[in-house]
Amino acid sequence: MPEIRVTPLGAGQDVGRSCILVSIGGKNVMLDCGMHMGFNDDRRFPDFSYITRNGRLTDFLDCVIISHFHLDHCGALPYFSEMVGYDGPIYMTHPTQAICPILLEDYRKIAVDKKGEANFFTSQMIKDCMKKVVAVHLHQTVQVDDELEIKAYYAGHVLGAAMFQIKVGSESVVYTGDYNMTPDRHLGAAWIDKCRPNLLITESTYATTIRDSKRCRERDFLKKVHETVERGGKVLIPVFALGRAQELCILLETFWERVNLKAPIYFSTGLTEKANHYYKLFITWTNQKIRKTFVQRNMFEFKHIKAFDRAFADNPGPMVVFATPGMLHAGQSLQIFRKWAGNEKNMVIMPGYCVQGTVGHKILSGQRKLEMEGRQVLEVKMQVEYMSFSAHADAKGIMQLVGQAEPESVLLVHGEAKKMEFLKQKIEQEFRLLPSAKKPRLLHGTLIMKDSSFQLVSSEQALKELGLAEHQLRFTCRVHLHDSRKEQETAARVYSHLKSVLKDHCVQHLPDGSVTVESILIQAAAHSEDPGTKVLLVSWTYQDEELGSYLTSLLKKGLPQAPS
Amino acid sequence: MKLYCLSGHPTLPCNVLKFKSTTIMLDCGLDMTSTLNFLPLPLVQSPRLSNLPGWSLKDGNAFLDKELKECSGHVFVDSVPEFCLPETELIDLSTVDVILISNYHCMMALPYITEHTGFTGTVYATEPTVQIGRLLMEELVNFIERVPKAQSASLWKNKDIQRNSGCSMEDGWECRDGGRKTRLLPSPLKDAVEVSTWRRCYTMQEVNSALSKIQLVGYSQKIELFGAVQVTPLSSGYALGSSNWIIQSHYEKVSYVSGSSLLTTHPQPMDQASLKNSDVLVLTGLTQIPTANPDGMVGEFCSNLALTVRNGGNVLVPCYPSGVIYDLLECLYQYIDSAGLSNIPFYFISPVANSSLEFSQIFAEWLCHNKQTKVYLPEPPFPHAELIQTNKLRHYPSIHGDFSNDFRQPCVVFTGHPSLRFGDVVHFMELWGKSSLNTVIFTEPDFSYLEALAPYQPLAMKCIYCPIDTRLNFIQVSKLLKEVQPLHVVCPEQYTQPPPAQSHRMDLMIDCQPPAMSYRRAEVLALPFKRLFEKIEIMPELADSLVPMEIKPGISLATVSAVLHTKDNKHVLQPPPRPAPPTSGKKRKRASEDIPDCKVLKPLLSGSIPVEQFVQTLEKHGFSDVKVEDTAKGHIVLLQEAETLIQIEEDSTHIICDNDEMLRVRLRDLVLKFLQKF
Repeated sequence: MPEIRVTPLGAGQDVGRSCILVSIGGKNVMLDCGMHMGFNDDRRFPDFSYITRNGRLTDFLDCVIISHFHLDHCGALPYFSEMVGYDGPIYMTHPTQAICPILLEDYRKIAVDKKGEANFFTSQMIKDCMKKVVAVHLHQTVQVDDELEIKAYYAGHVLGAAMFQIKVGSESVVYTGDYNMTPDRHLGAAWIDKCRPNLLITESTYATTIRDSKRCRERDFLKKVHETVERGGKVLIPVFALGRAQELCILLETFWERVNLKAPIYFSTGLTEKANHYYKLFITWTNQKIRKTFVQRNMFEFKHIKAFDRAFADNPGPMVVFATPGMLHAGQSLQIFRKWAGNEKNMVIMPGYCVQGTVGHKILSGQRKLEMEGRQVLEVKMQVEYMSFSAHADAKGIMQLVGQAEPESVLLVHGEAKKMEFLKQKIEQEFRLLPSAKKPRLLHGTLIMKDSSFQLVSSEQALKELGLAEHQLRFTCRVHLHDSRKEQETAARVYSHLKSVLKDHCVQHLPDGSVTVESILIQAAAHSEDPGTKVLLVSWTYQDEELGSYLTSLLKKGLPQAPS
Repeated sequence: MKLYCLSGHPTLPCNVLKFKSTTIMLDCGLDMTSTLNFLPLPLVQSPRLSNLPGWSLKDGNAFLDKELKECSGHVFVDSVPEFCLPETELIDLSTVDVILISNYHCMMALPYITEHTGFTGTVYATEPTVQIGRLLMEELVNFIERVPKAQSASLWKNKDIQRNSGCSMEDGWECRDGGRKTRLLPSPLKDAVEVSTWRRCYTMQEVNSALSKIQLVGYSQKIELFGAVQVTPLSSGYALGSSNWIIQSHYEKVSYVSGSSLLTTHPQPMDQASLKNSDVLVLTGLTQIPTANPDGMVGEFCSNLALTVRNGGNVLVPCYPSGVIYDLLECLYQYIDSAGLSNIPFYFISPVANSSLEFSQIFAEWLCHNKQTKVYLPEPPFPHAELIQTNKLRHYPSIHGDFSNDFRQPCVVFTGHPSLRFGDVVHFMELWGKSSLNTVIFTEPDFSYLEALAPYQPLAMKCIYCPIDTRLNFIQVSKLLKEVQPLHVVCPEQYTQPPPAQSHRMDLMIDCQPPAMSYRRAEVLALPFKRLFEKIEIMPELADSLVPMEIKPGISLATVSAVLHTKDNKHVLQPPPRPAPPTSGKKRKRASEDIPDCKVLKPLLSGSIPVEQFVQTLEKHGFSDVKVEDTAKGHIVLLQEAETLIQIEEDSTHIICDNDEMLRVRLRDLVLKFLQKF
């Protein structure tokens, strides 16, 4: 069997710093190059020394593929390419290529300017890194070299997210990145054809969850926001600038319009407007409905949602604020959280997954007293809600994708070990392979090898092509039988005997009195001296030797007495 | 391998390729030049058009005067315009498996094919092709449906009139083959081709149903058809999302080139390299104006436009709602201020004007590199966004409504349809035709401008002809063919001779070796290659077990016995199943288990047996009493003691013996020593 090796350098059995090394057909491909939000030390980036201790990255890797622009999938890219050193091609979709550098720059600013970290990648490094990027279209088969080809499939999840098929010869791997199997308000559902990869590497963030219907979740969310605003509270929704933010904005925008609410909705950071502009220009990556109606009404032009100013946080009265980043680990969302946390009228809604170590993760796991920088303790009195709006596939969705692609094997990554175990069992139950029931048929021929060309032809054709004549080797054996009847009757008896023994073979009685078994010819003749003996002439070619020699020994045993 | 040619129009092709058990339609072009034979459809009642005199025969017979009208010596059909469909009888179109669309101009006949022929297959096209194609169809349907015509002429198409058209026995053949010529009718109606296939426009419902059968594809996507054939669209550089197609199996490759451009305009550049090593290259959609240089034409367009406007006249540009108009607007964007035209309003009038302008901005991935990088900033890729923002360019769905309030003269109007037979352009021709201050500038190359203008004659308005056709010209074609080196070229017959109007220009035709095979409408071409091989995969375990032997220097052979698995037209050779281990123990073997499997085949033999050496060998192995007799073809070796006879000829050996298996095997092995196995 073909050997495919998979080495997760990150996000094997956890979420964050996705980075998976795949060796297939002699090619080495790195899938994603993410960072971990929960760490500020070396563990933040994948451990590239696994490769570098044996030589340069560029020599080892044939290409790098980035599935989408989330930092846990591309955050380590400038570090990897510019600081560790990689000069080969990096593949990603057009929207990812457009948005990725902006998020990297944002991340760099928080790390360097706000936290004052040294030895971090620079703006120039981000630019240099992006120069190594080759953009791919959906479904385009990109020939990385003569043998290695990759192909992107739509993954939903965020704008420009893609799943990738990596193929060398007849072997292939599909890497899903993060994906979403149900269309939402602004993205479509992931889709892949029946490409039957040897291996499907799928994320499993929500391996055990089968999420309730989307409508219910949305109604719940709107109800909570509405109630809080009605009683004069403030709602904080930590999000990443691109992705869920647009989804929730569309949701609130339509709700505000329908119920005619007056409380202001704000969106923090200057990224927003730019982000929405990207969504407008890459509208072909959104769902069917938005694409269809964008000429009349562009869903990414919001009427109710305005830009946030830091001073607004202290304004009295209700408001809803979308603030970045999404896991409350730094930046504006954390600042606002600190201001509002003490008031039980307020609410924070976490709309996505939070990695361990972040404030988001802490409050979601029930912690109400948080140790902040400078040994301050922050008491959280505000309501904490978790609503899964992350566009990840749930268990049902993962099973659906497995069913679509029909892989030989499945590898679960980007999830928690225990949950994976559960999903593993489910997949094994549902997709147990049935052996094919077809009867195999044999084929014979000659393989002509000339330089590097291989031709499989019939043996006759091979002889002909080489200008050689066939030499026929034929055997004829005389078998003596005690039988005083006429030759024709003997032949008839031979026929019925063989017919009853050789059920799987073609036995024929020809008009001229001879009997054939496949291509073996049997004739009965009188014995020249003994009238009580008949001579059977059994004749076959070298190619039928086994059957011929079997027949002679069978006939030598004599014929059964005809029932009289 | 056969090519069925359903359209005679070289730039609006429709061919069907039969290739390895698949039936593939290449493009679905609709010949709209037929509409030039019809009277224009005015948006508002036009006394001039409705008062045109009816046409009568020279002998005064006026039985067609309700249907045919005369204007300045030209005769027009007074009816809803009709289009010339591709041939639908040459091949059963319900057997077509897939339709490959190369660009939005070449899909206009799609609803006729998918909705009325029993077609059940899939259509493949890129996203911009589908979206813009939809706009073109929507516009067409809208243009025709919004001015319902009471009169519907059919008498002139009547077969009797055609039969009585003076078509003598001598050219009866031509009548059948080259399309019916309605000789009774005046020119150009009598020269009209395939009148019986002309149909009215489809409905929006048919358009939607047709478009729902399209599956979107991306450049360089490998699409498997039943596992037998792979088709791949390649960028052709002509329009947003325009493609050429590669149709290939493992050992055969057909390239289909349709509407390609090497000029740097807005679309992604043409992918030429992937066309290499084709067995057959089908070449369609070359420039329709081989003598005009598109760059020069754009310059002329701008200067004529500026001149007219400066003199207080209006400029009318009949155009399609997508395509060259984007380039023209971009040129004007750079030109307006320097030419002092910043106060002149530019109007773009089409039911799909807004959609077209919006759609052009969202196909970043299909644009040339310069425009792509703009999107990363993020900025709209086309500058017409700015023209709209600054109110220099305004767009309207039609002349009714807002437009009539905003309308200021002098102005520049871009509107359709380029045939001047329907759409808002008809209104402007009627409105501005009488003044010599105004100018109509023809940029679209699909219609002869003189014919387009015929029903508006006499005309005072200036007419400028600046056809902008960015498709390949003959110099580029010959360079392309040298580069990609196809074994055979197939093209419409028009490309194998100079254009009729420039018959001395031997450079205006395809020149290649071997000469291009040409086709015309309703012809079936047998393409000149045969399929010999299929790709088969050998499993590593089986490959390991093969024993190659070198027969001639550099040529090795290995006999293969294997199990062939075929699934979805993919073939894999696997090792033959191991014989079941002999059933041990006391269990009685069933007789059938002894029967050898005749399917374990022995190799073929080759060579010849030298009799003397063979006899020596026999003697060495203990056979005494060996006698040799000569026969006509060889020798007979007699082993008297063993009552055995061996006939040896050049290409055969026959061992005749008693039923003594030991003896037979011994003799066999001695014979095999002299032979080679295959």
